[in-house]
Amino acid sequence: MNKFILKRALASLVSLLFLVVAVFFLSRLTGDPTDLYLPVDASLASREQFRKIHGLDQPLMVQFFNYVRDLAVLDFGESIRRARPALDVVLEAFKWTLQLALITLFLVTLAAIIFGSLAAFRVGGMFDRFATFFSLIGASAPDFWLAIVAIVVFSVGLGWVPTSGTGTMMHWILPVTILFIRPFGLILQVVRSSMITALSAAYIKTARAKGAKAKSIIFIHALRNALLPIITVIGDQAAGMLNGAVIVETIFGFPGVGKLMIDSILQRDFSVVLASIMVTAFVIFLMNILIDLLYAVLDPRIRY
Amino acid sequence: MTDYLLEVRDLSVTFHTTRGPVDAVRNVSWHLNRGEVLAILGESGSGKSVSAAAIMDLIDMPPGEIKSGEIFFEGENLLTMDQEARREINGKKIAMIFQDPLSHLNPVYTVGWQIEETMVIHGTARRVAQKEMLSLLTKVGIPDPILAAKKYPHQFSGGQRQRVMIAMALALKPDVLIADEPTTALDVTVQAQILKLLQELQRETGMGLVIITHDLGVVAEIADRVVVMNNAEIVESGLVSDVYHNPKHAYTKKLIASAPGNGEMSSGVKSQEPILQLENVSKAYGDFVALRGMSFELMPGEVVAIVGESGSGKSTVARMLLRLEEASGGVVKYRGDDILSMSSSELLSIRRDIQMVFQDPTQSLNPRMSVYQIISEAWIIHAGIIAKSKWKERAGQLLEQVGLKREHLDRYPHQFSGGQKQRIAIARALALEPKIIICDEAVSALDVSIQAQVIALLKGLQKNLGISFIFIAHDLPVVRDFADRVIVMKSGEIVEEGAVQQIFEAPKELYTRNLLNASLDPDPKVQAARRMAAAAVS
Repeated sequence: MNKFILKRALASLVSLLFLVVAVFFLSRLTGDPTDLYLPVDASLASREQFRKIHGLDQPLMVQFFNYVRDLAVLDFGESIRRARPALDVVLEAFKWTLQLALITLFLVTLAAIIFGSLAAFRVGGMFDRFATFFSLIGASAPDFWLAIVAIVVFSVGLGWVPTSGTGTMMHWILPVTILFIRPFGLILQVVRSSMITALSAAYIKTARAKGAKAKSIIFIHALRNALLPIITVIGDQAAGMLNGAVIVETIFGFPGVGKLMIDSILQRDFSVVLASIMVTAFVIFLMNILIDLLYAVLDPRIRY
Repeated sequence: MTDYLLEVRDLSVTFHTTRGPVDAVRNVSWHLNRGEVLAILGESGSGKSVSAAAIMDLIDMPPGEIKSGEIFFEGENLLTMDQEARREINGKKIAMIFQDPLSHLNPVYTVGWQIEETMVIHGTARRVAQKEMLSLLTKVGIPDPILAAKKYPHQFSGGQRQRVMIAMALALKPDVLIADEPTTALDVTVQAQILKLLQELQRETGMGLVIITHDLGVVAEIADRVVVMNNAEIVESGLVSDVYHNPKHAYTKKLIASAPGNGEMSSGVKSQEPILQLENVSKAYGDFVALRGMSFELMPGEVVAIVGESGSGKSTVARMLLRLEEASGGVVKYRGDDILSMSSSELLSIRRDIQMVFQDPTQSLNPRMSVYQIISEAWIIHAGIIAKSKWKERAGQLLEQVGLKREHLDRYPHQFSGGQKQRIAIARALALEPKIIICDEAVSALDVSIQAQVIALLKGLQKNLGISFIFIAHDLPVVRDFADRVIVMKSGEIVEEGAVQQIFEAPKELYTRNLLNASLDPDPKVQAARRMAAAAVS
């Protein structure tokens, strides 16, 4: 078990290093921050000085090695834009994203498991029709469009909820709802099909022959067996949300890591771009290891 | 009203499928007395399990529909009760165990929890159930119950799993136990133990036992009365010895006649230059040794049977010599060349000569390929055997050779029965005109009447085409009918080897004798005599 974790951690570290290399050089392709931050008519000397302050005067390879050297002591550099350590900026934004992701995921998982299981129990029944209908809508309606329509209807038109930002509970309703729709449809379908398989398994016959109640057959006997594919998809969806729900965050002016990433790319704030990618990647690697461990907890036949 | 403990009266069940309604049982009536063992005997698709499923409320409706009939348990009609009342009876008054306990036990819960659950469902407190569970495990012969209770189903052997199922079913001392093919997937010696356990528990508790089986031997061993089913109907019923010795219905007669183990034994083939020689072949998976230095020879046109219980290494031999897996050591000489050290191109030509037929044709035939594609694929892999223009013709011939029709070429595997599918698998093997065919439990999954036909087919191939067979099986009577020579294996080693007559009539080793004694004879008199003899010894 420990050996498995160590192996996975090392593999993740290697992937992180590749990510550093790729993102470092790719972000440099977007151009020189100097052009963005200084006025068009800035003097050559002040340009030189700006470059020198931010280490941009060095050859690219030297910049890279300096960056990696600092990274080794968890120094992610300074944000050019905000003049603060990049890591602080990212963690602050990430806190928001994490909350948004966890709340949404919790609701999605709960709803998808309940509706999906009931749909699977009576295929073709009321829940099943609802599930199919809703997941089709969820999968086909583009979220940016839904988000804008929701703002127009509920914020501008009806005035029920604020249009953007954070602050009150009301601010969360629209972003969570919009983020909820697509994963809900997807996870619902996975729960449904996984539960249909589990419910047709032989051990369900045994449970029925024992006289078990329908509730226990669905949620104790079948669900536990059906969970593996379900948590795989939930993990996948979670990764998407932790990366920052870029579109939703941008539309709702939500100060999460997705919005921060877009902003920093546009602002050529390289340290922030790198730091946000590293932080989200780290969390996603961590989550994947956790999911693998969860497999073993859920299914005693899986041992590492 | 009824005087019987359990009575099924005029039951008809239909399943509505996409291809129209299918009658699963038609006007079936039978009854069970307290303390009685009733066998429902039938082949696959005969509807033998359907009345039990109706009793346990396990028929999904739709697609199932109970068209007519009544099921009386202690005088009350189960079919007119509400769901809640039936749930109260299930597990408490009528319990059921199934074939293949591995898939019928929930893989993610401990066996202790699953046994307790039966009691908890019906109102026992968890703590009381826990204690009772431990004594149940002891009763069904599971060693170290406290430790065993914490284990999961996959950590037990097949026989132990069935014991767990039995413990679970008997937890609330039901009046009726229904056992659906309880020993089918088990080794013969384990089968004997489980049947003995069921018998003991049945006598001790006085419950009625319904045993659903395809195996005449099981009927002879355990049942008082038998109901014979064919094609969704009961064709005959009566006391076991009456039915066996005086079968009235043509189907019963046919079933008894096709029981394996009564034909003439081979007197062997004359020894000559062996076509295949195994020398000291071994295989280890990590620390586990599956095969320890196996050596034997196969003559042209000879049938060598490898018998043994699960885990004996008998299937490992086949995988080694086809190099489906790499052996850990040893030599396999095919006409003088060592297969184990061949390059992959040399191996390809050897694979043409050595073909394999697997146990479960449903899994070994690709469901998305037509019969023609399945057979002709071999000619794509081994180019130049016959011209493409003749493929259709030759594939048709092969089908006819295995007793199928030319028209079947365009069909897909799911359109055939189990026996027909195995014939397709044999036709596929024959496409390459092999010298050796390895049959890995090739007839184990088939009904006895089909089994007899397939064995007859293989015998014909041996005689007419001079093909050698390595026949891997756990079923001794079938081996007796087909093999020239028998190798008995246990824990990766050869226990005994000899001509078929010697092994069956004068086995030298105790293990072989036990194996032979454990296999059940379809004749209830023979079985009774064996039981007496066994009781006298112990």
